Amino acid sequence: MISLRGLTRRFGDLVAVDHLSLDIAEGEIFGLVGPDGAGKTTTLRMIAGLVDPTEGEAVVAGFNAKTQTVQVRDRIGYMAQRFGLYGDLTVKENMRFYSDLFGMSAADRDALSPKLLDMTRMAPFVDRPAAKLSGGMKQKLALMCTLLHKPQVLLLDEPTNGVDPVSRRDFWVILHQLVADGLTLLLSTAYMDEAERCNRVGLMHQGRLLQCDTPQALRQSLASDCYAVETAHPRVERERLSKLPQVLSARPAGSALHVFLKPGTQPETVWNTSEQPVERIVPSLEDIFVATVERG
Amino acid sequence: MWKRIRVLVRKEFLQVLRNPRTRILLIVPPIMQLMIFGFAANLDIENARVAFFDRDNTPQSRALRAAFDASPYFEVTDDLDTEAQLQKVLDSGKVLAAIRILPGFARDLARNTEPAQVQVLVDGTNSNNASIVSGYANRLIAGFRQSGATPDLTQTRVWFNPELKSRYYFIPGVAMNILTIITMMLTALALVREREIGTMEQLMVSPLAPSELIIGKTLPFVAIGFLQFFLILTVAKLVFGVPVRGSIFLLILAVALYLLTTLGSGVLISTISKTQQQAVLSVFLYFMPVFMFSGFTFPVRNMPDAVRWIANINPQRYFIDILRGVFLKGSGIDVLWEPMAVLAGIGILVLGTSILRFHRQLD
Repeated sequence: MISLRGLTRRFGDLVAVDHLSLDIAEGEIFGLVGPDGAGKTTTLRMIAGLVDPTEGEAVVAGFNAKTQTVQVRDRIGYMAQRFGLYGDLTVKENMRFYSDLFGMSAADRDALSPKLLDMTRMAPFVDRPAAKLSGGMKQKLALMCTLLHKPQVLLLDEPTNGVDPVSRRDFWVILHQLVADGLTLLLSTAYMDEAERCNRVGLMHQGRLLQCDTPQALRQSLASDCYAVETAHPRVERERLSKLPQVLSARPAGSALHVFLKPGTQPETVWNTSEQPVERIVPSLEDIFVATVERG
Repeated sequence: MWKRIRVLVRKEFLQVLRNPRTRILLIVPPIMQLMIFGFAANLDIENARVAFFDRDNTPQSRALRAAFDASPYFEVTDDLDTEAQLQKVLDSGKVLAAIRILPGFARDLARNTEPAQVQVLVDGTNSNNASIVSGYANRLIAGFRQSGATPDLTQTRVWFNPELKSRYYFIPGVAMNILTIITMMLTALALVREREIGTMEQLMVSPLAPSELIIGKTLPFVAIGFLQFFLILTVAKLVFGVPVRGSIFLLILAVALYLLTTLGSGVLISTISKTQQQAVLSVFLYFMPVFMFSGFTFPVRNMPDAVRWIANINPQRYFIDILRGVFLKGSGIDVLWEPMAVLAGIGILVLGTSILRFHRQLD
């Protein structure tokens, strides 16, 4: 559904996105994960045709985002990080505006709007000005506005940024429903727990895609080499570990340190396991991300 | 294309009319400015207070005093006996002028050979008032002297505004001011707001083309501009009795041409402003010099050459000429085609530049 081939964007000397290649299948939920400035937003904007790539191409549903922008835009719903809603217009008026703007007929609109309102449980608030909605409700309204022209692909840029946990869970329930209806989803996020809900995740750092797989596979690939170690002096211990050649990374997680060792390394070569409690753990995506980045 | 523009225009009106602040902005300032310039900011002199220092004290000198008192322009408030008093009334600002009649006034008047001695002492702290007062006083004294003697050969008659009411002169200018500020401000704010709240990005991923966006965003303010203009026109005519001697269609055409420049400037300001505050400040930064060099208050012909050059590319300058021409002189297209052509030229240039800039910024 989405196919990126060597997608690159430079802003002066800065390479925001560096030769990104990726295929996303229909009905997939794909998460781009990475810290701020990793190039996630620029990638999404290139797919939406808002920024032209310096090199490479983005193809959506068979149309080139740069040269066939009109066709692409008919097929995508793009929700920017700060989705613009007209605060002085009501929920209903915002929805009507976006629907009309995409040239949807009144019949289409009247058929689709109640469904969306129902799904998001926003029906009681149709006459409320958008400015008076809570963060979670604004997010839902924004989502509805991007769905009103029946896109096949949804691009969401950090959709739940600044939304409370309950609303985030709600939001994800809706997203799963949409995918069940046949939508393809590409989203960016800085939240690792959110990334775990995706079918596949791409770890992005400094414009490059470091790794790309299902969350389970990513975890499995490093599972055997991740250990949690309890220590009274985490800083001293971290310092010591970082000097050892067989240690890939060590990072504090609560009162423990999560440590990645080079594949095949025995923990006994690092710790005196009889004295120090060392536990083999299944790493979180966060662990994997940090390890991947530190490994380069 | 037009369907999408209509959607945008509809939304724009919905927003402008829903927001109580913009609703007030549409009605209150125009009426307030009209009231201020129509009633309060009046350059006309009526019942100017003068003091009389009669050192001749003859029937003739007393007749001159009576003539001053009877005139609608003057009111004799003080009769003085000493030079010290004269000094005092002028110093204190109690009177705008003092009339001193020297001894021998009646005798010189009767002989009619040498000029009769009258001195008009004017308070020059407000130069505008001073020149008007001294002008009126001179005319009155000259008339008084001729009433007995041979009439003067020079006769002054003022056309178009015989009573020299400054209100007639100001109100077309006020119409221009309001039109400028409101349309420019609303256009700039409407565009900057879209960017500020992030809706511009959403509009850009919609099928809306940049040209459609510009038209959709400016068209509502063309309508609002005209609405305001008719509101001002009505108040000017009904409340202040400002004559509209020329063709109303010519006025409408002139307003349309002028709106090209204000909307263009509004779009231009939106491209250089990141926030709505910046846009408001930019509008005033633009407006002050343009207003000063328009000839609204200060005649352009008195300005230094360099400034006059700037004034020559000032759209307001041409617009106010047209307005005053149509309002007061009843001028037609035969005289006004030239400023109108210039206005159209400036308008197309400004709007064209701003649209180009706007396009570039979207990429």
